[in-house]
Amino acid sequence: MKNFIKTFLVLLFCFSLLSTISFAGDLELIGAGATFPYPLYSKMFNEYHKQFGIKVNYQAIGSGGGIRQLLSKVVDFGASDAFVSDEELKKFTSPIVHIPMTAGAVVLTYNLPGNPKLKFTPSLISNIFLGKIVNWNDPEIKKVNPGINLPDLKIAVVHRSDGSGTTFIFTDYLSKVSKAWKNVVGRGKSVNWPAGLGAKGNPGVAGLIKQIPGSIGYVELIYALSNNMPYGDIKNKKGNFITPSIKTVSLASNTELPDDMRVSLTDTDSDYGYPISGFTWILVYRDLANGGLSRKKAKALVKLLWWMTHEGQKYAKGLHYAPLSKKAQEKAEKIIKSITYRGEKLVK
Amino acid sequence: MRKDRFFKMVLWVSGILFTLIILSILIYLFKGSYLSIKTFGLKFLVNKIWDPVNEQFGLLPFVVGTLLTSIISLLLALPFSLSLAILLGVFYKKGFLNKFLSYATELLAGIPSVIYGFWGLFFLVPIMRKIEIKLGILPYGVGILTASLILSIMIIPYISLISKEVINMVPQDLIEAGYSLGATNWEVIKKVIIPYSRSGIFAGVLLGFGRAFGETMAVTMVIGNSNFLPKNIFSPSNTMASVIANEFTEAVKDIHLSSLIQIGLWLFLLSIFINFIGEIVINKMKVKGEK
Repeated sequence: MKNFIKTFLVLLFCFSLLSTISFAGDLELIGAGATFPYPLYSKMFNEYHKQFGIKVNYQAIGSGGGIRQLLSKVVDFGASDAFVSDEELKKFTSPIVHIPMTAGAVVLTYNLPGNPKLKFTPSLISNIFLGKIVNWNDPEIKKVNPGINLPDLKIAVVHRSDGSGTTFIFTDYLSKVSKAWKNVVGRGKSVNWPAGLGAKGNPGVAGLIKQIPGSIGYVELIYALSNNMPYGDIKNKKGNFITPSIKTVSLASNTELPDDMRVSLTDTDSDYGYPISGFTWILVYRDLANGGLSRKKAKALVKLLWWMTHEGQKYAKGLHYAPLSKKAQEKAEKIIKSITYRGEKLVK
Repeated sequence: MRKDRFFKMVLWVSGILFTLIILSILIYLFKGSYLSIKTFGLKFLVNKIWDPVNEQFGLLPFVVGTLLTSIISLLLALPFSLSLAILLGVFYKKGFLNKFLSYATELLAGIPSVIYGFWGLFFLVPIMRKIEIKLGILPYGVGILTASLILSIMIIPYISLISKEVINMVPQDLIEAGYSLGATNWEVIKKVIIPYSRSGIFAGVLLGFGRAFGETMAVTMVIGNSNFLPKNIFSPSNTMASVIANEFTEAVKDIHLSSLIQIGLWLFLLSIFINFIGEIVINKMKVKGEK
């Protein structure tokens, strides 16, 4: 009996010792949110720790979770692939700001005999995903892709089954280019798909597409690039067919952008920008004292954000992320400069 | 004496703690789904549309998908599990074959469900596609039947291992009495072993059903995740557990989140209900005179 209590107490002591050790270290910033930029963020945070000795603990729990945790002030910063809607912004007791970190893109990938390079127009994409075009030998597909031998094969549409920023960007694009899509489906992280199959995550979609001849779906550009998947060129607003790449995604954001940066990069006015791309953001309270941060933490966070939007950008390309365009970077600077602590500016 | 009291206290604390945990889950589910219950009322149960963009939420397609996959998987698993149980419980009670097969089934029970999902996606789906092409159906390869097949493989170990144990518990005198009356193997199995152990077998079936009912990962990978009422057993569909797992992390709107939690509430209530019915059936099935 006494032995039992003793062991218990010793264990308790050990646990408390462990927790003090992890707390006693350097200053640690805590963030949570989007999974899409996670590889880039962890690379950035790792380098930052090496250079400045400040640890950043980032949990990729999904954008929705990131926003909720920022709302309940259990994290120092949140991260999201979709900007916070006006309706949701009202839930925050104190204003928050969106700081763009990198841009990603969504590509159309397919499985056809020989996997020819295909071209897509906006109406073609929306009609396929609405379930109106059901066969690959449809005249509308042939018209856009002259000279390509398209088989008599049923189209199997594959979409994401889990709520995701990728779906948000893709449906945001379709809502912009197709009235029918906007009325029937709309945009969101999960939508009521009129056609096809759902698969979980990029690997799920890619897996199904590899399995089903005649299938078409959408995945993140990064995923398609690192897995050598075929993807189509897409006609942008200016009428040019654009091949998705890190460069064309960066170009898409090189247009006029709003000051709060709550903007989607789909179907932008850029001449050679890829039309289905979007920012991913880090979200913080405009006045960090309202987010429950100490002054020391607030200063460290702002320094980190500045570094991420400047020096940190050089890590993007190697991981297939599109770095911020010049115009986007300028706006990000302005936003970071507007962050305060009890009304006092943190960056001069 | 003191040790006794302490021991009893530990038992009590675990008992109370467990009840409290179940209660707190129920309270959380009610609280979380309050907004959705208030907004949709009973319409939630019969609505066929699940549209997070236009804030229309209905449970029906998921209940149908869940019940179809779990019932079909049970029907597929039952003959195999029973055969396996009889083989191990009656014919090969000892020896190499018993050890080998028991070990293999136990191993099957220990495989993480995501592995079953991957196996299904890369092994079973192509086979299903070939069958669907022969039948002239749009060859997705994924769908209710594929999910049911995976589920049935997952629940066979549960049903067969439990059935084997209860078959082992059939008194040897009864079996020998059967043989001494001139009954064949088949007759002994049919008239003595199965009737004697049927309540235990049913308990195994119930456990398997519960497993199939709540399975998430393996199902979501092969069911096609389509939020419509299925047309036939080859159609893609979705289950309650799978839609929660898919949409929970990124549900931003309150009503979306609340509706997902309400699905969780119904999943919880349905499994309680099934267990309750199961208990009644098990009691009814018990052989008279058995305590």
